[in-house]
Amino acid sequence: MTKMIGKSVKRVEDKRFITGKGQYTDDIILPNMVYAHFVRSPYAHAKILSVDTAEALAHPGVIAVYTGADVAEVNGVPCGWQVNFKSGETMKEPKHPLLVVNKARHAGDAVAVVIAESKEAARDAVDLVEVDYEELDAVVDPKKAAEDGAPLVHEDAPNNICFDWELGNPKEEVDAAIAGSAHVTTLEFANQRVIPNAIEPRSYIGDYDVAHDKYTLYTSTQNPHLIRLLLCAFVLGIPEHKVRVVSKDVGGGFGSKIFHYAEEALVTWIAKELGRPVKWTADRSEAFLTDAHGRDHVTKAEMGFDEEGNITGLRIKTYAAMGGYLSTFAPAVPTYLHGTLLQGLYTTPKIHVDVVATFTHTCAVDAYRGAGRPEATYLLERMLDTAALEMGMDPAELRFKNFIPAFNGVDEEGYVTNVALQYDSGNYHPVLQRALEMVGYEDFRKEQAAARENGKLLGIGFSTYIEACGIAPSAVVGALGARAGLFEVSQVRVQPTGMVSVYTGAHSHGQGHETTFAQVVADKFGIPLEHVDIVHGDSDSVAFGMGTYGSRSLAVGGSALVKSIEKVIEKGTKIAAHVLEAAEDDLEFADGKWTVKGTDKSIGFGDVSLTAYVPHNYPAGLEPGLDFSSFYDPTNFTYPFGAHIAIVEVDKDTGKVSLKRFIAVDDVGNVINPMIVDGQIHGGVVQGVGQAMFEQAHYDEDGQLITGSYMDYAMPRADDIPMIETDRTTTPCPHNPLGVKGAGEAGAIGSTPAVVNAVMDALSPFGVKNLSMPLTSESVWRAMNS
Amino acid sequence: MIPAAFDYQKASSVEEAVGLLKEHGMDAKILAGGHSLIPAMKLRLNQPGILIDISGISELNGIKVDGNTLVIGANTTHGAIAKSAEVASSAPVLAATAGVIGDVQIRNKGTIGGSIAHADPAADWPAALIACNSSIEVMGSGGSRTIAAADFFVGIYETALEDGEVIVAIHVPKVPGTAGSAYEKFFQPASRFAIVGCAAVLEMKDNFCTSARVAFTGVADTAFLDEKVSAALENQTLDDATIKAASELAASDAEILGDHFASEEYRQHLAKVFAERAIRAAIANA
Ligand SMILES: Cc1cc2nc3c(=O)[nH]c(=O)nc-3n(C[C@H](O)[C@H](O)[C@H](O)COP(=O)(O)OP(=O)(O)OC[C@H]3O[C@@H](n4cnc5c(N)ncnc54)[C@H](O)[C@@H]3O)c2cc1C
Repeated sequence: MTKMIGKSVKRVEDKRFITGKGQYTDDIILPNMVYAHFVRSPYAHAKILSVDTAEALAHPGVIAVYTGADVAEVNGVPCGWQVNFKSGETMKEPKHPLLVVNKARHAGDAVAVVIAESKEAARDAVDLVEVDYEELDAVVDPKKAAEDGAPLVHEDAPNNICFDWELGNPKEEVDAAIAGSAHVTTLEFANQRVIPNAIEPRSYIGDYDVAHDKYTLYTSTQNPHLIRLLLCAFVLGIPEHKVRVVSKDVGGGFGSKIFHYAEEALVTWIAKELGRPVKWTADRSEAFLTDAHGRDHVTKAEMGFDEEGNITGLRIKTYAAMGGYLSTFAPAVPTYLHGTLLQGLYTTPKIHVDVVATFTHTCAVDAYRGAGRPEATYLLERMLDTAALEMGMDPAELRFKNFIPAFNGVDEEGYVTNVALQYDSGNYHPVLQRALEMVGYEDFRKEQAAARENGKLLGIGFSTYIEACGIAPSAVVGALGARAGLFEVSQVRVQPTGMVSVYTGAHSHGQGHETTFAQVVADKFGIPLEHVDIVHGDSDSVAFGMGTYGSRSLAVGGSALVKSIEKVIEKGTKIAAHVLEAAEDDLEFADGKWTVKGTDKSIGFGDVSLTAYVPHNYPAGLEPGLDFSSFYDPTNFTYPFGAHIAIVEVDKDTGKVSLKRFIAVDDVGNVINPMIVDGQIHGGVVQGVGQAMFEQAHYDEDGQLITGSYMDYAMPRADDIPMIETDRTTTPCPHNPLGVKGAGEAGAIGSTPAVVNAVMDALSPFGVKNLSMPLTSESVWRAMNS
Repeated sequence: MIPAAFDYQKASSVEEAVGLLKEHGMDAKILAGGHSLIPAMKLRLNQPGILIDISGISELNGIKVDGNTLVIGANTTHGAIAKSAEVASSAPVLAATAGVIGDVQIRNKGTIGGSIAHADPAADWPAALIACNSSIEVMGSGGSRTIAAADFFVGIYETALEDGEVIVAIHVPKVPGTAGSAYEKFFQPASRFAIVGCAAVLEMKDNFCTSARVAFTGVADTAFLDEKVSAALENQTLDDATIKAASELAASDAEILGDHFASEEYRQHLAKVFAERAIRAAIANA
């Protein structure tokens, strides 16, 4: 049997996607189904004086119109993570109602919902709902929101502050370290707000079966069981065993489909009210306005160095937007997913980070590919390149000098940071070394100098990142404020003929679980890939699960899978020993069969499976069947790392930036399917380049989203991106059975600062040190001409 | 994105289309490739009661040469123009322009008539058509007339078309063999329309320019012939200094647009850069 692990097996799921046979929620049509369309506030901040639904109700085909008053008794959607104020006071957690009652808090806030026999009738009737608004002043900037006198998003959150938070060494120690530094680099910048832009808009169907008193929610989510938990326990107060949540094919999430949205709860609630299935699918404008956004930090960072360029301290103050309401994991992003990563790959002895989370009159902000780690990496890597420039040092040398020395996490301890983490294993020199070789660093510097002579502006930018994946030990995240556990669940059901059905709580929405998980099973059992089927995304078939985000599926879900596989082999060994009339210790399991060591006596996986279900000749006292499930709660996060290098050219006349080369050397631990990892890196890099060069959720001062369509919101396109040159080193994760770390977000985390640093390098002859993202042609041109 | 309800009728001749427009008045809209109209309807910026589909009218489709004039039917797609041998030899700048509109799907569905009727200030066609001194043939219930391209574009989404008129064809005088022409475009990164598009048609005798037409799109409410730039090139030997000086005058009389991709100041600067690029490219292919 050829080994599957480590092979670029073509994706099993692609057959249905390429032939148009994927089944997304909007493809599902239930008998008797009705359609929802929302009335959304055109204002960022407005009092709702009255809502008149009479004309809409009279429209042909309209069945019902619900307003905030109708759902006032229903709970709002909850926040899943609690971060307290430094003072110990609980964070401000205003209700996030399913429909607003007397105030709209961002453009797109849902005021009413029309239910009709057809989508068209529902859409038409939305224009007939008369809402009388009194527009109020809005605030959209996370820092300005905290200023005295700023318009309040929630009356009970003074200065719009949701919480303030700090982490790291005592502030005085950090102040002293920086004060005593030979050089201090200071940067103030924004990590701008971006919109996730999953190609499939959010789509939900609520269904209620009165005969069985059972609800079904079809939803385009990354984590069906988590949605069921939040929906049942927090919003609707309905029993979980009476709720099925189905999330079949999902067309991208990037984080935005982790969260429990009000629309999901509403369609479920209305389905019972009306006794008919209710479908809602966001249109693209709604996706721009209401899918939780990402990033939106305003930061001041100071980094101290000694004469030799060793980092002496790092001090950070960040304002992070929460938006109009707290989305499911919003408080965790700027804190435990950002503050904790500020050690980076460096030996920085003193670190202090201070975060103020503010409400703004905007769409909620939550985890978006990388979630907090891109913000941390952007901060560190911009500081490093800027410091190198200021100190006249080479940016690669400065990194080598400050890297944490290698440790494998087995016979060398994991590295304990100043910001609450212990890295699992790391070897940082080789990734940067390899990236420098690939780029041809010395030659590039010569080419750059020659180009400058000819008036051409070339630049190179570095980014060496670490991130935390595989979220994570439940006890740890619980102590940090998570209101859920973060284990994963697997069930391996060996069928009588030796075919294997795997039920996983991880969820695939582009990642290729149906292939990689099957590769693991095929190898461990020594059976063909085609004998394995991976089932996910249905709470009635999969026992439980926490879903897919934070690059956790293989590290946590894959580990749960290995546990079940081991249980199957252990029981299979008992059965094989009985049939072969040998002692268990005398058997070895390899290549799909149990063999009595040193003999040619053996029994295959299929025969053992059959014996388990037809237990005629069977060990006494052993249960029939071959079906195990496991819960796996990791002992630590995993810590992938890597080095990214970008080369750009800036057009002197227009300021237009062209990305010429992109090199990504990543270490994601062991690799199950190199092609899929490459694909994840490619996609992540492009998304990160998008933030550096193109993307921005641009709210004007009144809180209007002026980049609310693809005519105005720029995304990277294929012709903006060069061939991405990838390579890998392998430093296995020491604490999970597959030695894997996670690859879903690495590209997006590492790439953004590499691009910005490259542009700054290209612009260095102009004395430009700091520009805000995205690096539009105009901002680059202005920088060259001021 | 769901448009408001509308009726639909397919016209089989220009006369029928004109008749239907007359019958339904303001409630009717012509449908050609649908690539501007349908997005606007989905956003409910446009809610016509009836669409009159002209895409099947064969007399509106196709490219022919009539003496010294290239005649492009209103329904001709951008893609067909980009690939046409007649266009390549008679007015190559139009082929160049067609090739940078949108992407393959847009070019294969969108039509030149639809584009100019829509009159998006950032559309590509207007600059090239003005630089080529084209005219627009239209038909209404009172008969047909032609309008110079330079007079056709009146404002943002506003043209000289009267109610009930249909664009039939675009007439383009053949660009003489001694002329050089080019269209240079600075792409808006989201929509890929023009932030600035500059078309230059220069008739040359060796290095001497006998006639110049330089036109812009994207810069102001409408595309326009830049008379200052054109005059600074005409009857001049086009050396480096002349080209630079002429380009410096770009859009100096225009009321320049500003948005979050390009402020007025930056757009004006880009107009100069793209004037120079278009002029140099035109000289290079003369
Ligand atoms: C994604 C995308 C990208 C694009 N990129 C570009 C770009 O880079 N550059 C660019 O210039 N354009 C671009 N366009 C616009 C594209 O060129 C459109 O096809 C064109 O503007 C309209 O042509 P149409 O045939 O589709 O017209 P339609 O959408 O059918 O009609 C447009 C308008 O013209 C009217 N109309 C159509 N034909 C006639 C006629 N014969 N007589 C009178 N009125 C008529 C209609 O009533 C309507 O008001 C893009 C469009 C899309 C969707």
